[in-house]
Amino acid sequence: MTPEEIIKPENKVYARPRLLDDRNTHYCPGCSHGVVHRIIAELIDEMGLEDNTIGVAPVGCAVFAYNYIDVDWVEAAHGRAPAVATALHRLNPDRLVFTYQGDGDLAAIGTAETIHAANRGENIAIIFINNGIYGMTGGQMAPTTLLGMKTATTPYGRRADLNGYPLRITELLAPLDGTCYVTRQAVHTPAAVRKAKAAIKKAFQNALDGRGTSVVEIVSTCNSGWKMSPAKSNEWMAEHMFERYPLGDLKNI
Amino acid sequence: MKEEIIIAGFGGQGVLSMGKILAYAGLMNNLEVTWMPAYGPEQRGGTANVTVILSDSPISSPVLDRYDTAVILNQQSLDKFESKVKPGGTLIYDPSGIHHLPTRTDINIVPVDAMEAAIEMNNTKTYNMILLGSLLALRPIVDTEAVVKALRKTLPERHHHLIPLNEQAIAKGMELARK
Amino acid sequence: MKGNEAIAHAAIRYGVDGYFGYPITPQSEVLETLEDEQPWDTTGMVVLQAESEVAAINMVYGGASSGKAVMTSSSSPGVSLKQEGISYIAAAELPALIVNVMRGGPGLGTIQPSQADYFQATKGGGHGDYHLIVLSPATVQEMADFVGLGFDLAFKYRTPAMILADGIVGQMMEKVVLPPFRPRRTDAEIAAQCPWATTAKRGRGHRNIVTSLEMDSPKMEENNRRFQETYARIQENEVRFQEYYTEDAEYLMVAFGSVARICLKAIEDARAAGIKVGLLRPITLWPFPTKEIAALSRRVKGMLVVELNAGQMIEDVRLATEGRVPVYHFGRMGGMIPNPDEVLDALKKDFPEIK
Repeated sequence: MTPEEIIKPENKVYARPRLLDDRNTHYCPGCSHGVVHRIIAELIDEMGLEDNTIGVAPVGCAVFAYNYIDVDWVEAAHGRAPAVATALHRLNPDRLVFTYQGDGDLAAIGTAETIHAANRGENIAIIFINNGIYGMTGGQMAPTTLLGMKTATTPYGRRADLNGYPLRITELLAPLDGTCYVTRQAVHTPAAVRKAKAAIKKAFQNALDGRGTSVVEIVSTCNSGWKMSPAKSNEWMAEHMFERYPLGDLKNI
Repeated sequence: MKEEIIIAGFGGQGVLSMGKILAYAGLMNNLEVTWMPAYGPEQRGGTANVTVILSDSPISSPVLDRYDTAVILNQQSLDKFESKVKPGGTLIYDPSGIHHLPTRTDINIVPVDAMEAAIEMNNTKTYNMILLGSLLALRPIVDTEAVVKALRKTLPERHHHLIPLNEQAIAKGMELARK
Repeated sequence: MKGNEAIAHAAIRYGVDGYFGYPITPQSEVLETLEDEQPWDTTGMVVLQAESEVAAINMVYGGASSGKAVMTSSSSPGVSLKQEGISYIAAAELPALIVNVMRGGPGLGTIQPSQADYFQATKGGGHGDYHLIVLSPATVQEMADFVGLGFDLAFKYRTPAMILADGIVGQMMEKVVLPPFRPRRTDAEIAAQCPWATTAKRGRGHRNIVTSLEMDSPKMEENNRRFQETYARIQENEVRFQEYYTEDAEYLMVAFGSVARICLKAIEDARAAGIKVGLLRPITLWPFPTKEIAALSRRVKGMLVVELNAGQMIEDVRLATEGRVPVYHFGRMGGMIPNPDEVLDALKKDFPEIK
């Protein structure tokens, strides 16, 4: 059978989302970013928001998110995405404005912007990819790197006395009066992907409904940075990352 | 016509607001005006001074080193500004709190006991308006009517009932200066 | 009203869409006046006190990305914090207005007036090859007028503009005629004026991306060439300056902002004493009136540059004169302000032939 014979409408159970560009990404094979991008592209289409969405891309691996999802995008300076999104939404209040940020962007250099945007209750959705490492710059320690985890800047493993503790920033954001929905998800199994999609959908809807700030953390893998195969990364994440970063809703009002 | 004025004292004595009302009164009389404070970090206490210039032609420098008229409310300011009054100019000062009296003989020196008068009026907040009255008695650069208009413009509406009191203070200051 | 207040009122009247700021002396009256006026109820203007100058300038970046007329204001230490964002705004070719009411530095320095951020404002400030259009107001009237001028130029050239004021003109009060009210632009007008803006696609059919990133070096060089072409057009068309008493001047003072007014008073005194001094006041510090100063350097015996700094604009004056005449500097620093007598004394000291 040729591929053309197999790909018939009646056989088709899944297609590339319309708003996810048909091009190779710069992401490593097995990286969680691709799955999250796909979820976002599907949701924007399903929710009829193609013409009404502005994404804010971070500095980090997702810096080129604007090349993959077919909506308007602003590429922010490192850590500043929540400030950029604040102005975009306040000046264009009927649009869906979301940020897409990694752990370095959101939880290190952009901590102030993150906490204050959430505390003001900006009507935006924050998608937070936490893979415990700086992927783009070559695998250095992130604020969320686990104790003992080896990175380019913690070659003998992260030590609390030298490097402090893995930061659970999502737990910091949940008690803020400005947040309405704070959740931690993953995309390592089909079931997890479905849950993550439902969470991001809720976050988008909250932003549209003006209910305050929604934060969806996606505990993710970085198989290149972790120096593991994609499958092994998923196992390692479930075994180690979830202990420090347990999945589930932290706030849902 | 051009009048270059320095008003100097402690913060909280109404130095800046006296200058402001004078500047607004100048505006009411269609004069060019500048109001330039030497601003400090404190809200109260500390020294405060403001340079006010009223002129019938455009004003160049808002910052000056010689003045036609000085209104001096403390010793520090007297020490600093006495020498900077132009010969033939006017120096008005409140003697309360002044230990070393001004000594120049080539300027017109007028003590005005404004603090005492303000206490007599049962309202120490009228202090700066008494001094403004004295200034206008000696240097009639704007008319009282313009000052009242300026008060109406600068005071928040909830304080407009105080305008008659301020008018009395100005009259009192004029009377003191003429003595 | 105060210079800082004039900026706030002019912004509302111009139809500015958003202001994002953080309090710092001596410019806090801009944010205070805007909050007091509550323009969100009248013109729909957004006013937000940000958590930091860094956040504020990135809010400006975000707002400008969507084609809105947005601005921020601060004073020297705060403007240093904003440099990252200003570089991004320049690189993303976004129109925006930044106000710096300068205070003395370096470091925390002092809250008193200064002009020590001339280099920072005119030579870029942040990283990379870029310029801001830098307007230097000398009066409260110009504080008001340059809000509109700054935005007009910023949108015309798609580049950020800065009002570089000193603490004197920010804090002083004088007469001002405010510009008339004009409505904020509609979404349709913004879409027409700024087809590049990230307003969401809104039926446009293709996506807009605002970014300063280009990993392909030949393309990034092309981007830089485009920026430089824009700067060349600005230099060609937008030089603004004012001359006083230059027709018969034997000596020339060059000063910007309020210092130019102090010099003017010194010149009035000098002229009364028969000394023929003139003044050139650059209104745009970038683009700099290089040609005009070059022309004057062929006519005068020497120049005195007066600044509230250790000698910054003098470098541009010397470049313009190409060594034809001696150029001296008189500066006060740390928040000290020279008076007209000091300026005149400095001129006489540098040019002993003046009696």
